[in-house]
Amino acid sequence: MIATLRETCRQLLSDGKVDVVIGYGHDAAADGAEDAPVYPVFITKPEDAGRLVWNDRCHANLAVYLKHEEIRSLGRAAIIVKGCDQRSLVVLEKESQLDRSKIYVIGIACDGLDRPKCRTCDVHEPRGADVIIGHKAAGTGYPCAGGVPSANGTQGLPDTLPDDRYAELRAFLARPSAERLAYWRQELARCVKCYACRQVCPMCYCRRCIVDKNRPQIISTSATLKGNFAWHITRAFHLAGRCVGCEECSRACPMGIDLRLLNLSVAQAAEENFAFRAGDDPAAEPVIGSYAIQDKEDFIR
Amino acid sequence: MNEPQEFQPKIIAYVCNWCTYLGADLAGTNRLEYPANVRVIRLPCTGRIDFNLIVKAFEMGGDAVLVSGCHPGDCHYTAGNYHARRRWMLFRPLLEAFGIETERVHFTWISAAEGRKWQQVVAELTETTRKLGPYTGYREICEAKG
Repeated sequence: MIATLRETCRQLLSDGKVDVVIGYGHDAAADGAEDAPVYPVFITKPEDAGRLVWNDRCHANLAVYLKHEEIRSLGRAAIIVKGCDQRSLVVLEKESQLDRSKIYVIGIACDGLDRPKCRTCDVHEPRGADVIIGHKAAGTGYPCAGGVPSANGTQGLPDTLPDDRYAELRAFLARPSAERLAYWRQELARCVKCYACRQVCPMCYCRRCIVDKNRPQIISTSATLKGNFAWHITRAFHLAGRCVGCEECSRACPMGIDLRLLNLSVAQAAEENFAFRAGDDPAAEPVIGSYAIQDKEDFIR
Repeated sequence: MNEPQEFQPKIIAYVCNWCTYLGADLAGTNRLEYPANVRVIRLPCTGRIDFNLIVKAFEMGGDAVLVSGCHPGDCHYTAGNYHARRRWMLFRPLLEAFGIETERVHFTWISAAEGRKWQQVVAELTETTRKLGPYTGYREICEAKG
């Protein structure tokens, strides 16, 4: 499978179809060591395609790199996506942040990488990709990690568990509100405002983030609880109807703050109220930015 | 003269220029009495009301927030209140997840003719907020050092 991936990329580059392949790879110094750390790599020469890897450490959502000027300047890009990452492309395209006809999408069939999101994954095979590498072997699951079962032995995950997607959130919401506030107080006390959650998010593409604006300074920039709450409320809500649940923000957080519940709460509201899931349907109007006269709520008097 | 003072909640009301502000104005010209606990902030439209303003209100010591604008279909800008409604439908669940007391965040539609409704809403809101007491939960967060 990895051979197919490398060959596909080599072809794309040598045929001049794309100028850069955004993928997962080892550092050049790793010299092919299997357990070497996995980095995002930007392959511009066909002979470098051998650096590409696929294993259960390929967590990153590479869609984030499409927003970077220095990557865009490399020319036409091919991007390697998992099913979950592909949703980000749908949202970005809907928001006119990328021209789908100008990028080449290499989808990888994935059976889960031992991340929380993988437990309720329903897109093991990316949709709307130009080519899909790997395929579902009859009844056994997806060739994660190049056909090797992933560490947690999740090979052969059922296709969908949509009802459980919000199970963790529901359990959290069942706790009294004071307890929930106390939980976030404790978690956000660790936040150092490095904004890694923003940098790693494919949807945070504003040239100038609201938190960096100081006229007026609506969000306190200091890493105190006050500023941290304001920031995390803002971050989560600016992703309303846009967050595809790639969980990169939680993974990137150096302080180990699990931001998933916040993203999930808005996502659940969008799904329950508007039958909308970010990145699911390329034809659907963005949930914020559109409205329906028949929207129903029960809290406005 | 040493009776304990009754708690006077601070209520921040973000109102739209075209309906609720005029409704409140009407309440005034009609000499309708309502508690002075409400601080009215006039904005062009509910569609303009950034969710950050709600957070800001709590940061600055508000005990409750009221967001009020034109009834659906009556927006001066055609659809501002529809957009606002959608926003609050997504924002409330986020506040819930944060454990921020949503019973302190109120939304109403009050038209320019509903001076009476403005009076009632403010009176009720002041009463319910008085029962809830000062919003110490969020205040502690805002005052925490480090």
